[in-house]
Amino acid sequence: MSDILKTIFGRLTIESFPVHEPILLVTFAGVVLIGSAVLFALTKYKLWGYLWNEWFTSVDHKRIGIMYIILGIVMLLRGFADALMMRSQQAIAFGANQGYLPAHHYDQVFTAHGTIMIFFVAVPLVVGLINFVMPLQIGARDVAFPFLNNLSFWLTVTGALLVMMSLFIGEFSRAGWLNYVPVSNLQNSPDVGPDYYLWALQIAGVGTTLSAINMVTTIIKMRAPGMTMMKMPVFCWTALCANVLMVAIFPVLTAALACLILDRYVGTNFFTNDLGGNPMMYWNLVWIWGHPEVYVLILPAFGVYSEVTSTFTGKRLFGYSSMVYATVVITLLSWLVWLHHFFTMGSGASVNSFFGIATMVISIPTGAKIFNWLFTMYRGEIRFELPMMWVVAFMLTFVVGGMTGVLLAVPPADFVLHNSLFLVAHFHNVIIGGVVFGMFAGIDYWWPKAFGFKLDPWWGKVHFWGWVIGYWVAWTPMYVAGLLGVTRRVRHLDDTTLQPLFVIAAIGALIIAVGIAGFLIQIFVSIRDRERLRDTTGDPWNGRTLEWATSSPPPAYNFAFTPVIHDLDAWHDMKDRHYQRPVKGFRPIHMPRNTGAGVILSVLAAAFGFAMIWYMWWLAVLSFVGLVVVAIGHTFNYKRDYFIQPDEIARIEDERTRLLGPSTVPQGAPA
Amino acid sequence: MSGATAAGTWDPDTFHLAEKEDHDHAHGMGGTLLGFWIYLMSDALIFATLFAIYGVLSTSYAGGPAPAEIFELPLVAVNTAILLVSSITYGFSMLAMEEGRLNATRLWLVVTAICGIGFVSVELYEFSNLVAEGAGPTRSAFLSGFFALVGTHGLHVTIGIVWIGVMLVQLGQRGLHVENRKRLQCLSMFWHFLDVVWIGVFTFVYLLGVLR
Repeated sequence: MSDILKTIFGRLTIESFPVHEPILLVTFAGVVLIGSAVLFALTKYKLWGYLWNEWFTSVDHKRIGIMYIILGIVMLLRGFADALMMRSQQAIAFGANQGYLPAHHYDQVFTAHGTIMIFFVAVPLVVGLINFVMPLQIGARDVAFPFLNNLSFWLTVTGALLVMMSLFIGEFSRAGWLNYVPVSNLQNSPDVGPDYYLWALQIAGVGTTLSAINMVTTIIKMRAPGMTMMKMPVFCWTALCANVLMVAIFPVLTAALACLILDRYVGTNFFTNDLGGNPMMYWNLVWIWGHPEVYVLILPAFGVYSEVTSTFTGKRLFGYSSMVYATVVITLLSWLVWLHHFFTMGSGASVNSFFGIATMVISIPTGAKIFNWLFTMYRGEIRFELPMMWVVAFMLTFVVGGMTGVLLAVPPADFVLHNSLFLVAHFHNVIIGGVVFGMFAGIDYWWPKAFGFKLDPWWGKVHFWGWVIGYWVAWTPMYVAGLLGVTRRVRHLDDTTLQPLFVIAAIGALIIAVGIAGFLIQIFVSIRDRERLRDTTGDPWNGRTLEWATSSPPPAYNFAFTPVIHDLDAWHDMKDRHYQRPVKGFRPIHMPRNTGAGVILSVLAAAFGFAMIWYMWWLAVLSFVGLVVVAIGHTFNYKRDYFIQPDEIARIEDERTRLLGPSTVPQGAPA
Repeated sequence: MSGATAAGTWDPDTFHLAEKEDHDHAHGMGGTLLGFWIYLMSDALIFATLFAIYGVLSTSYAGGPAPAEIFELPLVAVNTAILLVSSITYGFSMLAMEEGRLNATRLWLVVTAICGIGFVSVELYEFSNLVAEGAGPTRSAFLSGFFALVGTHGLHVTIGIVWIGVMLVQLGQRGLHVENRKRLQCLSMFWHFLDVVWIGVFTFVYLLGVLR
């Protein structure tokens, strides 16, 4: 009997379900409640067909971008819940008080927090924004490989799904957000935790790599006529560099994780402590991926700040070409610094010096960017709308994080600060102050383009101040604690004199919670009051780049006629020279057709990952065969496109003409 | 202002294209080939990483066998020859495709696939011998690195063989359809790429290993 069960369920047993953990049970009840409410509502209002036809199977880059961002926001809530748990545990667990999280649970929480925040919050937000904005900015109708784009998104969802499943079925890794060996080696973690991590990241990683290939090809091949590389908006440049980086680094992570999978499943000796294995090689490989990865995240955020600063100061970006060169230089340098994550490995003075200096050099192009934004603002007519507020908060916050980064780049200082909370404060400083603020700036800035109405500014300010004040209250004490010698990933401290610092940090986390609540309410209020916030012009901020030339939300084909570019600020140039929008003479537009293959492949990939994690070999074989068959089957589909007919285009464009009102000449000029 | 433009230079007062053939982007041949090139580069980095791992571990014998004791160079040399010939035969297939000769295209693809199957079979034979001698992937870190690198290459060749099979069916269905030509060109790059990687494997793993 038990043999049969074992064949069917692998190592999944009743004990795998954490029924004895009250925190998880309550969470599970909450998830079931909210989940069934959502499912019920979707069924009641008959939205399944709409979701499937218009969104899940969509190959429209705008919709895929929006879905990526929704995924990022949902996972942000999960990752932030982990953060709150850590902050509250650390605030109370002093002296005799052991806090409320047992060690094996706390370790999973900090691992899940890091994994989720980087792979399933930051990456989806960045990729989503690039997906939505970049093709519009270069005047394209879609990306180079629309189906691949859909598949990439769903593979990312699959990865996120597997991480979420580990909450209620089995457990997650306890080995830190990069799943470090030797903790994640089989003899130290025989449980499913590291396997959840490995399969979730492998599947999501395939999606990210494919997406990056797609975006690079799009930017190189599909720019509108006249848009030379040096007339491309800065956001597209940063997107190009970030995606080139992704193509270059994700294979390294894939290979490293594959070797760890072999260690855990086959019994090889890549990263083991015996039989010649080399654990530090794993650290080297994951950081060869990991350090460029932070530039994958921050460069597009820099792009957002550039677009926003230029728009809200009403000026051309100061030092466009230096901005481009700085971006490229950062891209190249990011490959030469990975070893600064473990100066303490003991590579010797020469190696550490090289990597220390290379790290410090990165601050030069980054500093150049900061000055470019400042000079753009200088003598500009600055409008402090929400996106611009994020830019200012970013500059004030990020510069501090950059400077603590330079401190950490000094190897002797790093020997003291390595693995301390000072380091943890540093990277939260640059990731929250740089990437997260940038993504929020981007969401506030491009939301009206995506939906045709602005986000409510009052709740936007709650969102803004909650995050900015919350960040400083939460992380300043952590810098101090780190300088006092507190190391990271610690569940309990004996020295009660440190407790005030952690209490303040917990208060900071609660202030950030207010910011997150403000964000969700902002979205809710804005959708409710969309008529009040409506923008019919398609250009609510008096923008300068091409995405503001079309309607909001843009039609499926983006532009009725492919635009021709003469200037870096193409739309500003068009407005300046009284461009008249064509209202007739439309021609059929060639578009990609929706397909469900991406969803099906991802469901099979999820089944495969789950089967491998739990040793259900029959299901693994079955789902793998399914993956191969569906993937090959999809190549037999030769009808992947269709034409939007001129009368349909005319109907859509006439509607826009009506919305723009009688003053069709000169359309879009500053009000 | 909204008039059509001459190709090449853009009239400074023209803000959009209105000619018959719209600027149709990467859905054409160029985009796919560039995208596939970029994919190959990312794949090359997987191999680069595996080479680096092998490099780090290549002397970690852990008391187990060293390369010179287990590598059978004549066998590997024959296998190298088979793979190199398969690249030539794929080239013949592409030449036939350019000339529009469907049957010759398919024939050379079949020859290529047979070479590929021969290569993978010899490799599997080599692997099974190693495992039988107690030199399996779990014996030492050196052997883990060896099996991962060479095995990943073999896996790629296997995928290439399956791909050739799929192309033979699709050529049967639609002939030298523009889409099929595009796919054959991608497969061509893939196949030659595996050849290049193998030259690296043969040199750095087998030849240098035996010299060590």
